[in-house]
Amino acid sequence: MKVSLFITCLADHFAPQVGEAVYRLLRRHGVEVDFPEGQTCCGQPSWNTGHLDDARDFARLYMKAFAKSEYIIQPSGSCAGHVRYFYPEMFPEGSRERQEAIAIGRRTYEFTEFMVRVLGVKDVGARFPGKAVFHNNCHMQRELKVQEEPLEMLRCVRDLELLELPRPDLCCGFGGAFSIKQPEISTAMADDKVDAIAATGANLIVSSDLGCLMHQGGRIEKRGLPIRTLHIAELLWEGVQQNVG
Amino acid sequence: MSAKTPFLERVEKALADDHLRGAVRYTAENLYLKRKAVMADLDVLAEKGEALGNFEELRARAQEIKRHTLAHLDAYLKQAAEQIRKNGGVVHWAKDAREANQIVLEICKKRGAKKLIKSKSMVTEEIHLNQALEAEGMEIVESDLGEYIIQLARETPAHIVIPAIHKTRRQIADLFGAVAGRELATDTKTLAGFARATLRQKFMTADVGVTGANFVVAETGTLCLVTNEGNGRLTSSVPPCQISVVGMEKLVPRLEDLAVMLNLLPRSATGQKITTYFNMITGPRRPGEPDGPEELHVIFLDNGRSNILATQYQEVLSCIRCGACLNSCPVYRQLGGHAYGSIYPGPIGTVLTPLLQGFDQWDELLQACSLCGACAENCPLGIQLHKHIIRLRGEAVAQGREHPLMRTALKAVHFAWTRPGVYKFVARSAHLGVKPFTRRREDGSEYLDNLPSIAAGWTNSRTMPAPARKPFHQRWAELQREEGAK
Repeated sequence: MKVSLFITCLADHFAPQVGEAVYRLLRRHGVEVDFPEGQTCCGQPSWNTGHLDDARDFARLYMKAFAKSEYIIQPSGSCAGHVRYFYPEMFPEGSRERQEAIAIGRRTYEFTEFMVRVLGVKDVGARFPGKAVFHNNCHMQRELKVQEEPLEMLRCVRDLELLELPRPDLCCGFGGAFSIKQPEISTAMADDKVDAIAATGANLIVSSDLGCLMHQGGRIEKRGLPIRTLHIAELLWEGVQQNVG
Repeated sequence: MSAKTPFLERVEKALADDHLRGAVRYTAENLYLKRKAVMADLDVLAEKGEALGNFEELRARAQEIKRHTLAHLDAYLKQAAEQIRKNGGVVHWAKDAREANQIVLEICKKRGAKKLIKSKSMVTEEIHLNQALEAEGMEIVESDLGEYIIQLARETPAHIVIPAIHKTRRQIADLFGAVAGRELATDTKTLAGFARATLRQKFMTADVGVTGANFVVAETGTLCLVTNEGNGRLTSSVPPCQISVVGMEKLVPRLEDLAVMLNLLPRSATGQKITTYFNMITGPRRPGEPDGPEELHVIFLDNGRSNILATQYQEVLSCIRCGACLNSCPVYRQLGGHAYGSIYPGPIGTVLTPLLQGFDQWDELLQACSLCGACAENCPLGIQLHKHIIRLRGEAVAQGREHPLMRTALKAVHFAWTRPGVYKFVARSAHLGVKPFTRRREDGSEYLDNLPSIAAGWTNSRTMPAPARKPFHQRWAELQREEGAK
């Protein structure tokens, strides 16, 4: 099986190790991976801030870069959700581009969604001591309807205690440009979320979204709390290495 | 620094008010969880064949009813008006708030009415009816407990269904105590008992009762009132004259449509299967009937609604004002209603207010949303509120309503990132560009702090990861070489 990796602008800039973890986990399960040229960003920042024409340009870029890809894997539920849920809306009904957008949305997967639903892999053979909560981002749970897959993968990690997070539906307040445009509201939401997580006794927040993790992690660092944030692919790959080593 | 806008001042005030935030969070959470539980029950009942349908099925039916109604709104308004007249009621049409208030005033003057009692109604808040009547020297008293509290506090509702959601028991006891002229205890029995005794008196002496309507059935001209406290029933049965102010979108075609709507409304609003009171009012008192008003007026209000018809926002008019979007909204949860500044707060207010009243005063509301989509998920009519917020942001941006620095930043990102070569160059040099703001942790890792300009919004309360010295697309080449060497 061959898949294409869409790294996302956030992972490319701030967390290349997440891309590497996804790559290595896929390779470990016998999947061929390519990394098509010409990819940049899914365009969600433009769309969410009302720069709708600009967002369409990004959608076209993505559709062009991945035109030949059978499966497109992203380490982000938010970006994958944007592609699948919003790309079709950007083009007039009945147009060729609309059809392309729908088709590419169907070929686009968030990482854990692909691992569990397509590959049928829940246990990657990882060991990772810690007490974790999983933070599911809004677009992943509502638009992609991916809820159980990451939890199923985390439950298979040896020595990892997965704690229940109350109100997992509640947004953490990242929201892309929202976090800069309305920093006070965004931070109040982060505190609400982080306090709820701290109350579970967790020392680890795992997510499939770097935006949420940057936001929560950045707040945690300013508050000096003993909680680490980690992308799920990174946790799984670190865990595989720990288990082997 | 530019001065804070009134909206940001209200946000600041709300975020600094721990009483308010505690009260809002407690009640919104409670309502959210009750709704969730009762919808889960509904799905179980439907599975057993003991309900009209599960949530998704009822939502689809409700959507279809409203879609059809709005597509033929002119015909159904005409039918409803004919039926109301046939039943002995008087129908009025109000283009805007001023006209609606004028109509109420004229009815009162004609009857020599001075005292009015009102049951819970958002639309009369929308038109500021109380202020218009008080300016003419009339007394109008709110009879819904929550509305009564905020009327005493001289405030607007902080929630569509729970107007005094932001008030603590102590605050309510103080407001009632000021009317009673003595200190009141904070227990429910004392507080509700005081309101009951006071309001009974007002009901008995009112010249006119004012209501809204949750639904108006076009085929029969029936006004429907859904309440828990019975204020709708007393308001519409004790005073000799009833005036109902109704948003023109409140119609359903047939009586049987109510079955769908009434399965959804109380469940969505308060997590109840049914409410305590449900009134269907078809005309004034008929000869031989023991109660009800001798005169019944219905005022259909436009006030900007017809501008929404036949646009991409039309489904917003299918809102049944249950408040489920407020209770599930993570922003409302932090702010409560007053920070929005609009009569309708929360997600529905964020969309409806600029649509009804324009961008000039309300474009900023569109920013009070993280686009999480919880509102649309919980909406019993499936209104895609977060999508409408994006569309409205698009219109606002097209009109140049945007922070200039934000615009510059987003345009620069668009320019650079739609050119893959430029994108790569920028990604590789990013760590150099932010050097003055790069800090080192004890473990040697790097992060950013004290960023300038609009980015300070982030680093004032959060650190930021430092850009990688080697972005993934550069690392990819190494991974490929490694693969080749195997």
